[in-house]
Amino acid sequence: MFNIEYQNIFTQVQVQGNPEWGMDDSGEMMAERGGKPFFSTLAGWIGNAQIGPIYLGWTGMVSLATGLIWFVMVGINMLSQVGFSIPEFIRQLFWLALEPPSPEYGLSMPPLDEGGWYIIASFFLLVSVMTWLLRSYLLAAEHKMGKHVFWAFASAVWLFLVLGLFRPVLMGSWSEAVPYGIFPHLDWTTAFSIRYGNLYYNPFHCLSIVFLYGSVLLFCMHGGTILAVTRYGGDRELEQIYDRGTATERAALFWRWTMGFNATMEGIHRWAWWFAVLTPITGGIGILLTGTVVDNWFIWAQEHNFAPMYDGAYGYEDYGSYEAFIGQEN
Amino acid sequence: MLPKWFNEWNKANPTNVFGPAIAVGIVGSAVFVAALVVTWGNPYQTESMQTGPRGTGMSVPEYNVSRTAPDPTIEAYYTEEPYVPEGGEELAKDIYENVQVLGELTDDNFNRVMLAITQWVSPEEGCAYCHGDGDISEYGSDDLYTKVVSRRMIQMTQNINENWSGHVNAVAEVGVNCYTCHRGQNVPSDIWFNVTPVNENVGGWAAVQNRATAMSASTSLPSSALEVYLTDYDSMVNVHDLESRVAGVPGIDPDVATIQKTEMTYSLMNYFSNSLGVNCVFCHNSRAFYDAGQYTPQWGIAQQGRQMVIEMNQEYLIPLKDTYPAERLGPIYADAPKAACRTCHKGYQRPLQGMNVVADWPELASTEAPVYE
Repeated sequence: MFNIEYQNIFTQVQVQGNPEWGMDDSGEMMAERGGKPFFSTLAGWIGNAQIGPIYLGWTGMVSLATGLIWFVMVGINMLSQVGFSIPEFIRQLFWLALEPPSPEYGLSMPPLDEGGWYIIASFFLLVSVMTWLLRSYLLAAEHKMGKHVFWAFASAVWLFLVLGLFRPVLMGSWSEAVPYGIFPHLDWTTAFSIRYGNLYYNPFHCLSIVFLYGSVLLFCMHGGTILAVTRYGGDRELEQIYDRGTATERAALFWRWTMGFNATMEGIHRWAWWFAVLTPITGGIGILLTGTVVDNWFIWAQEHNFAPMYDGAYGYEDYGSYEAFIGQEN
Repeated sequence: MLPKWFNEWNKANPTNVFGPAIAVGIVGSAVFVAALVVTWGNPYQTESMQTGPRGTGMSVPEYNVSRTAPDPTIEAYYTEEPYVPEGGEELAKDIYENVQVLGELTDDNFNRVMLAITQWVSPEEGCAYCHGDGDISEYGSDDLYTKVVSRRMIQMTQNINENWSGHVNAVAEVGVNCYTCHRGQNVPSDIWFNVTPVNENVGGWAAVQNRATAMSASTSLPSSALEVYLTDYDSMVNVHDLESRVAGVPGIDPDVATIQKTEMTYSLMNYFSNSLGVNCVFCHNSRAFYDAGQYTPQWGIAQQGRQMVIEMNQEYLIPLKDTYPAERLGPIYADAPKAACRTCHKGYQRPLQGMNVVADWPELASTEAPVYE
């Protein structure tokens, strides 16, 4: 019916042998590479089978330490809220949260039990995320790489800073920040949209959705294309960029004949990078404008003529009776 | 067990039977299920009631199985037509002692109402539930708390039918009587008590939310929505700004609603939806929850319902706190049991699916002397 050989999910070839340690041209670089490397067949199914060594450096150490402090601080606060009962902590884990300060405190430092812990924990999280961002820059510099990953991560950090720092400061209240909890941060998201008159009428939210779904589409198109021409060497993408082979020819023809246009082996990665990076950039702009510049997006959309009014009636009276719906006549 | 030639033939002709077997099994099961659905009907079939203009996606879907099934408590409902007085009969207040409500009734009608209340509220305990085990001559006594509470509940029922007709008779004459809440139980189901703060060692907003409780319908939304929005006349549910740009700092300026207040309103709205078995678009066009131009008529009915419940709680239910014995009070704060949407609606759009429960009971329809027709 179909040939199972080509319908695989996992990587077909994995290399296991002597661990690769990386370059050490200065003779001192090994000092900061930690962990004895080993091989995992499981990891090899989805990526490189070699695990480790890891280079932490001072940025990695600071980031992990402060991140751990934030994590533990949130956890202990949750545990405290259930009276230090472990079973209740496990039972309510997805419901519990470390909440931002109560609204009456504005931008001042509240008591510890009314958001003070949140401010302290957030400071550690800020340090953690920023040093990890710096780490992505320094590591790229050491490898003499472009800083594309750093900028991509920075776009996500932009959204993070908008949510937890820039927007609360502009709003004049830390209570506008997002709680640290599984369900509570989802409650926040819904309430945020409802409070400001429906975020779907925020044009930057629209753009963010376009880039998010666009990223998914591009990722799937690119991944599918490369896997489809792997049998012609298409997975050696970098070589195909400067020495276009039959894999590239076939992939390009496929898309040109499908939709009249095709990306190149190089250009597709620019498409993907920009779509991914623009998702949090536009989203962050949309969040930053909400409550600061625009307080009701639906009314804003009506003022700018892109929220149509519907002619027609509202209510069961016009569309059928209660009795008809419930199925019981009096 | 199998013949030798068969085993040898099998060995000589190895065939993978599992692949085709799985494929045939999947396709065969699908065909079987499809045939079942077509011949027996889809058990999960729904019917939708459109509530807004075409293209807005406003509709309330409901499973046919629950849509067409009658509320099981309807069958147990007891009712009896009134005895229309011919004039000149002696009235209950003159016959019996200590009749503070329903005194204008004739003896026949008074006993008719008393019997009905027994059927609705204490079908197993009978008259003794309120009047005690004593002789009928002692029925005027107020010794039992149940009798004192019953009297107040009769007044509450009369008040609802008289002054809140816009809610309880919104679609057609339905009204309320004891059975609307009690359904044959001494204590109605779906009453509620105060539970907040729900979290320890925290103050402010963090103390009243982020806990799976009955009052938050097991969400992480605030558990205090009913306490605030259904007991306080001055509470405001709305959170939206009615212009695209509004000045002010949330939490500092009282007119600027916070995210936390929005979550509390959401919690109340979630309670409304669950209580009536409906969704948001039964009352709102969800693209602009606040917009009066896009409300359905049900929104106004629900709005009245909230005011009615606040009055019920403030004027009737909360003041009874000292009348109840300890076991009837709240488990945490020993507060009086309170009512809300679900206490009457029980998950249906209309309590008892819109059955008229006041037509036979003019005595409960008004605080004035009943008018028989």
